[in-house]
Amino acid sequence: MTSASDAPEPGFRLSQLIYDTRYRSLTIQVVTFILVMAGIAWLIDNTIQNLNQLGKDFNFSFLTNRAGYDIGQQLIPYTNDNTHARAMLVGLLNTLWVSALGCATATVIGIFVGVLRLSKNWLVARLMTIYVETFRNIPVLLWILVSLALLTELTPSPNEYRINPATGEAGVTMWLFDSIAPTNRYTAVPSVEFTHGLGAINTAFAPISLNYLLIVMALIGSFWANRRLLAHAHQVQDATGVRPTTWWKSLLILLGPVVVVALALGFKLNEPELKGFNFVGGTNVSNAFVALWLGLSLYTGAFIAEIVRAGILAVSKGQTEAAFALGLRPNRTMSLVVLPQALRVIVPPLISQFLNLTKNSSLAIAVGYMDLRGTLGGITLNQTGRELEAILLMMLIYLMISLTISGVMNVYNNTVKLKER
Amino acid sequence: MKKSVFLGTLGVACLSAGIAAASTLDEVKARGELNCGVNTGLVGFAAPDANGNWSGFDVAICKAVAAAVLGDASKVKYVPTTGQTRFTALASGEIDMLARNSTWTFSRDTDLKLDFVGVNYYDGQGFMVRKELGVTSAKELDGASVCIQTGTTTELNLADFFKANNMSYQPITIDSNAEGEQQYLAGACDAYTTDASGLAATRAAFADPENHIILPEIISKEPLGPAVRHGDNQWGDIVRWTLNALIAAEEYGVTSANVDELAKGTENPEINRLLGVEGDLGAMTGLDKDWALRAIKAGGNYGEIFAATIGESTPIGLARGLNAQWTQGGLLYTPPFR
Repeated sequence: MTSASDAPEPGFRLSQLIYDTRYRSLTIQVVTFILVMAGIAWLIDNTIQNLNQLGKDFNFSFLTNRAGYDIGQQLIPYTNDNTHARAMLVGLLNTLWVSALGCATATVIGIFVGVLRLSKNWLVARLMTIYVETFRNIPVLLWILVSLALLTELTPSPNEYRINPATGEAGVTMWLFDSIAPTNRYTAVPSVEFTHGLGAINTAFAPISLNYLLIVMALIGSFWANRRLLAHAHQVQDATGVRPTTWWKSLLILLGPVVVVALALGFKLNEPELKGFNFVGGTNVSNAFVALWLGLSLYTGAFIAEIVRAGILAVSKGQTEAAFALGLRPNRTMSLVVLPQALRVIVPPLISQFLNLTKNSSLAIAVGYMDLRGTLGGITLNQTGRELEAILLMMLIYLMISLTISGVMNVYNNTVKLKER
Repeated sequence: MKKSVFLGTLGVACLSAGIAAASTLDEVKARGELNCGVNTGLVGFAAPDANGNWSGFDVAICKAVAAAVLGDASKVKYVPTTGQTRFTALASGEIDMLARNSTWTFSRDTDLKLDFVGVNYYDGQGFMVRKELGVTSAKELDGASVCIQTGTTTELNLADFFKANNMSYQPITIDSNAEGEQQYLAGACDAYTTDASGLAATRAAFADPENHIILPEIISKEPLGPAVRHGDNQWGDIVRWTLNALIAAEEYGVTSANVDELAKGTENPEINRLLGVEGDLGAMTGLDKDWALRAIKAGGNYGEIFAATIGESTPIGLARGLNAQWTQGGLLYTPPFR
């Protein structure tokens, strides 16, 4: 009646690799791993073979050769006698610069639009909806090109600012007491000069201006002092229930030292003036840069607006009602109760948007802004003919930038996320 | 599923690798079409008309090669390439030959593994500016914004020229001639620089060509010529001698009008050899004996092509200058056909 089944035979049979659930997943993983590795090996082998066939070698020594070309926008000193590596660095800094400004602007736009889209004001909410839907549904390249076209077509050429000797008047006048001149090439703005400056420390990378170093140090000091002031105000409030007035003290602490340092260094604005073909004396902010910056910020801003809106909607209505019940006004409810909680939802998708913006900045080539893609992946690649090396290096650099942004943002995410104990 | 896709990809990749190893001549014949890399649009040199038919000085070379190899000048697929993509397109096998006003330089010939087969236009880099600027010499361009096509030799010449003359400039980088035209006309740059022939061609396409001048300075040597991949010498020979045949035809007075007449036999043994009446030069490159006859019939000899596409009677209006036959004081000089 009772029939005991035979005990499984001890030992390992090969078929167990497929039919035994204990081993199957391992088998699949090993097979997949081998296939992926074989694929990669094949790709590398294929590349080496084809390079041999073409008689091309694989080395990065071209980076130390003289570049020979000029770059329109440069944050660190560069001439055509510098190496390709230096040109790459100039491009990389341009990429980082436009990405950083773009991310900051896109975030500001995104938060404003995202909050306003939830506004009870029908017109404001609809306007924001229109903005979001137009910008995120049209490719960013078109926005960049449109921005450049508008900047180029709507602004006068530098020549039109020239004063006509016959009439004593120029075709167009500069803005803001003759200090800003938008043209179809760039916007000429005043540059900063320190008449009793401290000079700069020359490093191989870039000269470090002691003047700015001093100002930054003064700023850091002010911020620290301001925090101490506010902490003290908190203490007083906790002890007595009355918060001392701090705004004018804060203002004084924040601005005072910087102004004093700047004045001591002989701070002076150099106004641009038309000389020859172009404006000189000031700083010329190229239209290519502005167009790229605008295009990227407005486009990514629309996505961030949606993320912010989603984040706010994710905070339960009870939180707002509780805040109102405590007597908080709507503005303070938003900034003290809703936004801090919404940030937990907002930050992770925000990281993706920052990464997108940084990678999209490689569209700079469309408007002639010399970013990493324009220098290393454009001119250097063309002049040296090292496609594989240049592209691989460029991929590696973009990867590193992206991973750095992810890392930093993840750290930030950890500080705002819900602390569970 | 995953595995089959992978094996399929592997198979296709191996297959395409196998084809790539065959000689370019066999490949072109098997395809029945010549893939010719040309400019994205430079009137007179290579530009499509409203119906999408390409014409121009460089296009004529493609047609002559197609006629010589395939027997039909229309069997060409024109692949528009920018200054940036042209050499990669050639190296990767996307195109069989490049006829895109490209400058023959040492490093391109050696390091980039290209073979320039000859020169079809002796050019030099120049500057174009608006007349109203009142500039008469390139040496007055100190501080100017200059539009420049990226990935070209002109980019380096420009840097050298301004440096040698101790002047500064603001480079405005552009990707194609069309973009350069647009930026220049919008006033985003004071001067546009590229090969003088390209400037003339660009200016011809303006609504008001009379308001723009090309400055007298020619700041570089730009021998423009067709290029092929390094390593396939047979294909290189075919393109080289097709170009030479067009030049020689002009020298000997062989035109598209009289070529059929002359192919019946002439007193001149050089013409006889060229047109395949005598000897069998075609077989030496793997073609038949009428190859040059067909190449000349496709668009005429060098002089006819020049006159029809960029010559003085066209809107581009380039004089022969250096590009005249050596017998006329120019630089065109073909090795003998024997």
